[in-house]
Amino acid sequence: MPLDSKMNRVFKVVGTRPPRPDGVDKVTGRAMYGADATAPGMLVGRILRSPHAHAKILSIDTSAAEALKGVKAVVTSADFGVPDNLSIRDVQDNCMARGKALYHGHAVAAVAASSAAIASQALKLIKVTYEVLPHVTDVDEAMRIGAPVVQSGRVLENVAAGLSENVTSQCEFGHGDLEAGFAKADKIIERSFTTAATHQGYIEPHACLASMSSDGRGDLWCCTQGQFFVRSLCAEIMGMDASQLRVTASEIGGGFGGKTTVFIEPVALALSRKSGRPVKIVMTRDEVFKATGPTVSSSTDVKIGMTKDGRITAAEATLRYQGGAFPCETVSMGAQSAFACYDLDAVKTLGWNVLTNRPKEAAYRAPGAPMAIYAVESVVDELCQELGLDPLDVRLKNAASKGTKSSYGPTFDDIGLRATLEAAKAHPHYTAPLGPNQGRGLSCGFWFNFGGNTCVSLNINTDGTVGITEGNPDIGGSRAAISQMAAEELGIPYEKIRTIIADTNSLGYNDVTDGSRVTFAVGLATIEAARNAIKVMCGRVAKIWGIDENAVIWEDGCAKPAGGNAGSFDPMSIEEIAAISANTGGPIAGHHEVNADGAGVSFGVHIADVEVDPETGATKILRYTVFQDAGKAVHPDYVEGQMQGGAVQGIGWALNEEYIYGKDGLLQNAGFLDYRVPVASDLPDIDTVILEIPNPGHPYGVRGVGETPIVPPLATLSNAVARAIGVRIFNLPMSPPKLLKAIGQKG
Amino acid sequence: MVKVTIWGSLRSATDGQADVEIDASNFRELLDRLVIKYPGLKPQIQRGVSLALDGKIYREAWFAKIEPDSEVVLMPYMAGG
Repeated sequence: MPLDSKMNRVFKVVGTRPPRPDGVDKVTGRAMYGADATAPGMLVGRILRSPHAHAKILSIDTSAAEALKGVKAVVTSADFGVPDNLSIRDVQDNCMARGKALYHGHAVAAVAASSAAIASQALKLIKVTYEVLPHVTDVDEAMRIGAPVVQSGRVLENVAAGLSENVTSQCEFGHGDLEAGFAKADKIIERSFTTAATHQGYIEPHACLASMSSDGRGDLWCCTQGQFFVRSLCAEIMGMDASQLRVTASEIGGGFGGKTTVFIEPVALALSRKSGRPVKIVMTRDEVFKATGPTVSSSTDVKIGMTKDGRITAAEATLRYQGGAFPCETVSMGAQSAFACYDLDAVKTLGWNVLTNRPKEAAYRAPGAPMAIYAVESVVDELCQELGLDPLDVRLKNAASKGTKSSYGPTFDDIGLRATLEAAKAHPHYTAPLGPNQGRGLSCGFWFNFGGNTCVSLNINTDGTVGITEGNPDIGGSRAAISQMAAEELGIPYEKIRTIIADTNSLGYNDVTDGSRVTFAVGLATIEAARNAIKVMCGRVAKIWGIDENAVIWEDGCAKPAGGNAGSFDPMSIEEIAAISANTGGPIAGHHEVNADGAGVSFGVHIADVEVDPETGATKILRYTVFQDAGKAVHPDYVEGQMQGGAVQGIGWALNEEYIYGKDGLLQNAGFLDYRVPVASDLPDIDTVILEIPNPGHPYGVRGVGETPIVPPLATLSNAVARAIGVRIFNLPMSPPKLLKAIGQKG
Repeated sequence: MVKVTIWGSLRSATDGQADVEIDASNFRELLDRLVIKYPGLKPQIQRGVSLALDGKIYREAWFAKIEPDSEVVLMPYMAGG
């Protein structure tokens, strides 16, 4: 749906900040999360996990566990089939190891018992005989010929010869003549960077309740970002028709991409099918770290050439991403994003995905982009330092804008990067004075944003209020934003609308809540559904008035004659029309089903001031400002929340968060005490500046906002720290010991 | 005929060409005819691709209309978080 031509419209509801519809439930404990589901006769499920990083499973003896009183079922990979579809097989094999344990914490068996104590006792009675294999957890080591092979036979046809079998896919993007471009440069800098795997760190662990009946039908309640995708995966793994498995999404205590797949749901379903009882599984935090999907870790080389006056002449990056023990395609998004902020004549990115003995990566806000753009923005900053140039002026000089051929191929339409940079330059933060041991950094960020399959049903109740049913779990305020867009379109108060998230039997397929898609795509479908309902209401009123349907218009929640020629009639309100719907043709509803396109790419700019303590190496963030183009901010509170939340997660990634593996391949910090996420006392108030450059692909101009803000913080903080201590760090996180060592080496 | 830009790692399947010409008026025709003309593209197209049409990214929309002067760029299938 294109941008409405009446874009000079004055919004009445969109752009306001009404109370969130889920607020009271969440602060009073009434909201139902994944672990809150219960059922009569419910069993407790527990999972046995590999103590080894890489091991052949020679045998599993479950007889003693099965004999334990209170144990109702034990499952291993033998209780599942072997799906033909490789990606489904990977999902299943990640949920339950088949033949080999591929990482520390990989599930090898599961039990369902009448109590948690019995289930835990039963796990101890399962005898697994392993043959321990050599392992590899580092991406660069895994690429070397001779490295332990995690899985054989997974190399795609696009991978160049001469690499380790762990390199499963390769990609390359770009255009122009690099050699000629670098020849024009006055200064060329080439650097290598690494980033650690980080976890999404959602507060709510994965939890589900599965109930399979003896006639083959099933119900599943779980915390997920996409109940329809969960149904697709689980139905295929369980050999069920989709119609026979109903999946209901709970409230969600954070997802950030990490709840876009399944880890425990097929196991709970298999246990329920075998025991004939409902089975609930709730992961511990230890399990969440060990066996769900962190983001990839990366190793990246960047080379950029620049003229004395700050024009980038050529840019090149090589990216190596490890996504754990199963193939992934994340590096292609990193390789496409790396230079997306720039208007370049010569650019090339080359990327490889690599297998290691780590958990299967899952999406994490703008998957693949933060680590690529961190490396690029660090080199741009170093070039600015070397050439004595203002880093914002250099970005403005090279910024992509409408008509730029992007580094990944397509030509940009209306985009907001230049406006965002100009807003940053004009902001008082950029020129505020700094003290000793302090530095200021900045970085641009980019994300694609998506639309996707979306289905909305909007029902006019007989009292004129409205119920909206949509199919995407609300992880960032979408229920409020969708109600606002419906209220705007229908011309009724926000409070008259209630939006709910449907189970998989209530709507057609909806894509996962990912790709910053929901406010854009579900909003677009809601607007169209409202317009369809308005059409029905105008038709009903036309019949009552005895005039042509086209002679009735909708304004401010009422049907009115289109003009003097249509006749003289008093407006009919939505309440009046709804009250007599039984007399005029029956219930009134609007629907819309779409595979939405035109999501519109998103850009942001972050500025941070830091102070590094030379005695401890600790970094304190003094001030942080986020500038981002939202297209149209439907509910500015939520938009600001996304900008702040993304920045905070990126700050954690830059300063402290990392998966730490020992030489034995075992994860050493599977808990929040040792895996350090930022807490409120670590952070300043994060200031936000929303830009609104309308997206031509949405009737109100909306762009997704959820992912872009995690992209810039890595380089923003790295650049700030480099300027504060006079030494650049090339490996994230910049934890205090690392900074202290760098300060010490500088002398 | 429309000019289709192929990303770098697929160019081994198009005799090294970055841009290829295909007679297609929508996304589905484009994919079908790319596979016929360049069979080496089949594995990637079967795994999934996106299409940028005049700067707009489409993931599965078979009937997205392609005009002869459209800018058409084949991209990997996109996913988000």
